[in-house]
Amino acid sequence: MEFSAAFRTALALILELDPTLLEIVQLSLSVSLSAVAIAALIGLPLGAAVALGRFPGRGAVIVLLNASMGLPPVVVGLVVYLALSRAGPLGEFGLLFTPRAMVVAQTILVLPIIAALSRQVVEDLWGEYAEQLRSLGAGRLRAIPTLLWDGRFSLLTAILAGFGRASAEVGAIIVVGGNIAGVTRTMTTAIALETSRGDLALALGLGIVLITLVALINAGAYLAGEVARQHAAAAP
Amino acid sequence: MALARRRLLSTALLTLAAAFLAMAAALPAAAQERFITIASTTSTEQSGLFAHILPIFKQQTGIEVRVVAVGTGQALAIARRGDADALLVHDRVGEDKFVAEGYGIDRRDVMYNDFVLIGPKSDPAKIKGTKDATAAFKKIAEAKAPFASRGDDSGTHRMELRFWKAAGVDVKGAGAGWYRELGSGMGPTLNTAAGMNAYVLSDRATWGNFKNRQNLEILVEGDPKLFNPYGSILVNPAKHPHVKAADAKKWHEWLTTEPGQKAIASFKIGGEQLFFPNAKAGS
Repeated sequence: MEFSAAFRTALALILELDPTLLEIVQLSLSVSLSAVAIAALIGLPLGAAVALGRFPGRGAVIVLLNASMGLPPVVVGLVVYLALSRAGPLGEFGLLFTPRAMVVAQTILVLPIIAALSRQVVEDLWGEYAEQLRSLGAGRLRAIPTLLWDGRFSLLTAILAGFGRASAEVGAIIVVGGNIAGVTRTMTTAIALETSRGDLALALGLGIVLITLVALINAGAYLAGEVARQHAAAAP
Repeated sequence: MALARRRLLSTALLTLAAAFLAMAAALPAAAQERFITIASTTSTEQSGLFAHILPIFKQQTGIEVRVVAVGTGQALAIARRGDADALLVHDRVGEDKFVAEGYGIDRRDVMYNDFVLIGPKSDPAKIKGTKDATAAFKKIAEAKAPFASRGDDSGTHRMELRFWKAAGVDVKGAGAGWYRELGSGMGPTLNTAAGMNAYVLSDRATWGNFKNRQNLEILVEGDPKLFNPYGSILVNPAKHPHVKAADAKKWHEWLTTEPGQKAIASFKIGGEQLFFPNAKAGS
């Protein structure tokens, strides 16, 4: 009974295009997509550099990256909160309880996922093509862009894994954003709020909307990947 | 040909990344509009009180109020670090300490609501209709009936602990499994209590707006000891010079004088008034 009520609520929410809901959806997407974009810009080259670099402590860095994929969101939220708080080191920027603070927290959560997964992808590719690249005169550093490009389809999955983490996460953004209505309320914090108000049908309805959105974005990424793959196959 | 296509694709990807970054930059760090941030409790937010009175305040003054709703303990901690401009909380002891330590100024009475003791309809501890709340707590302990405690250092939790103390019950040493500390907000605690048919102390406002009641109902109410007074405190600008002292003061004044007091009294759920304004005139 609860489930059918939730599905009806979700359908009504989508059909009515409730302005509050649209605002929340827009904020959720822009926060999570921004965090993923920043994390990808840093994480992809970082992962590749760790994959190809030879430096002391490399093993420890890899373990650290892999372990950081499991950073507890609420702990990251707390650390970012303390850093951005007025009494903290970055307090003067007044970022606490703003969407930007949420982007910072989610970037920290997503970065290790993208970096660790791309490290593995690039390292495997290097194992496969090292001889070829060497014979073409490409050193390890010069090989980074080539390998990132060759691994783009696997790396897209790494980015999507990061997006999954960001869009599903509530522990970090509720601490640094404060779940302020109309300012920092996202899909996940709204779901947490409605659950605590005991409005389980609305909470689950919002959850269904969120899952649908994430599925659509993943479908879009899949289609884009397929199109690019066909183009790549068609090219000589 | 292939090279051109490759260049095209990478340009497209870079443009996409740049677009996302632009979007990130467009997110307001602090919106241009005039606003203050207040730290308050889950009961005021979850009951719908803020959704009712904040638009009235904004219409009258042009100031937006952003509410971070957490437990009273956390609200005081946020304000202590200077991350809010004002407080609206309910724990007189904690509030007075906050002011005494120099973090807050000008604490004023705003309103009160009351707590209610809720439990399963079957009422295994037989407390229904008891007029004395302390006696009811004692009966629950004697019956070793399940009790769901907030356990989160909130104003409600602190109030509950005072009742156990008055009833002479040592809940820390209870140990028999009937006393369950949840470490959650009011709503989640009610959800859990409904799930395990436990007794629970709740503010009337959250209960009034709570939908997942299952077998729970109000068993004890009306004892003056159950009154729950809220206070408004300004964060001390001498301690935190960046606070928006002038606008926060406007809010503080509004809340504790006729326009704010009227707005509070006009908030009703199902025809029932949940918060009763009690600011002292001329305070």
